[in-house]
Amino acid sequence: MNKPFDLVFFGVCTLLVLLGGVGTVAAKNPIRGAMGLLTAIVGIAGMYLQLSAEFLAAIQIIVYAGAIVVLFLFVIMLLGPQATTSAGAAGTKLSRYFGAGVFLFGAAGAMSLVWRTRTEIAALPKAPANLGTVEGIGRELFTTHIVPFELSGALLLIAVVGAVAVARGKQPDPTRDAPEATLPEAAKGPPLTASVSATAAETNAPHVHVEEA
Amino acid sequence: MSTVPVEYFLIVAAVLFVIGSVGFLLRRNLLVLLMSIELMLNSVNLTLVAFNRLHPANHDGQNLAFFVIAVAAAEAAVGLAIVLAFFRVRKTIHSDEANLLKN
Repeated sequence: MNKPFDLVFFGVCTLLVLLGGVGTVAAKNPIRGAMGLLTAIVGIAGMYLQLSAEFLAAIQIIVYAGAIVVLFLFVIMLLGPQATTSAGAAGTKLSRYFGAGVFLFGAAGAMSLVWRTRTEIAALPKAPANLGTVEGIGRELFTTHIVPFELSGALLLIAVVGAVAVARGKQPDPTRDAPEATLPEAAKGPPLTASVSATAAETNAPHVHVEEA
Repeated sequence: MSTVPVEYFLIVAAVLFVIGSVGFLLRRNLLVLLMSIELMLNSVNLTLVAFNRLHPANHDGQNLAFFVIAVAAAEAAVGLAIVLAFFRVRKTIHSDEANLLKN
C-alpha cells in the first residue's frame, strides 16, 4: 500500500468513528443513536484492517454490527415510542457537567502525553506475516490463553441464561394456572391451588420485582 | 505495511473514549448509556490493537481485545434485559427514575 491511500483510508475511518460517536451520544432518537454506533463500529473495523488485525476486524463486524447493534434495535422497537426520554431535571445539571469536565481534563492530559512522547515511539516494525490472522490468533488462544478462553465461554452461557431470566420476568405456570374446571379432581390439591393462584396473580403485578429483592 | 503512525490511532481512541464518557455522564436514556459504554469499550479495543501492532512479537493485545468483545456482548445482553425489566416496572427508561432503593 502506498502512503496517500493509507492516509486517506485512515481519514475516512476517523471521520466515520468520530461522526458515529457524536451521533450516538447526541441523538435524541435512540434508533439514530444505534445507527451512529454502527457507523463508529464500521470505522473501527477499518482501523483494525490498517493495524493488520484482520481477524478482529471480521469479529468486530460480525459481533458488534451483526449482533449487538441488532439487539439494541430489537429492544428499541420493543419499547416503542417510550424509548425516547425527555431531558433530565435541571437540578442535577451542575454535577453532570462537573463530571464531564473531569473526564475532559483527564482526556486532554492523556492526549498531551501522547503528543509529547511522539518522537520517542520508534517507527513501526514490519508486521510478521501471521499477525492478526486466524491462525496466528487461534494458536495463542488455544495454547497460552486457553483458561480465559474457556472462562469466556462459561461467561457467555451464564449471560444468556441470566438475560433470559431477567428479561422474561415472572411468568404464570400454565400447569397450575389452568382453570380449575378443566382439571381432574385428583390433580387439584384444594388448599394448595388457591394459594398458588393468589401468588401467581401477585407476581404479575409490576411492583413485585422490587419486593422480592 | 501501514504507513499511518500509531499515535494517530491512539488519539482517535482517546477522543472516542471521551465522547463515550461524556455521553455516559450527560445522557439520561438507559439505552444511550449502554451505547456509550460500547463506544468506550471499542476505543479501548482500538488502543489494545494499536499497541499490539507496535509490539508484533505476539498477539497479546489482540487476544485481550477479543475477550473484551466477548464480555461486551455479554454485557449488552444482560444490560438490555435489565432495561426491559426496568421498563416493565417503571414504564420509562429514564435513568433518574431508578430510585426505588432510595427510600
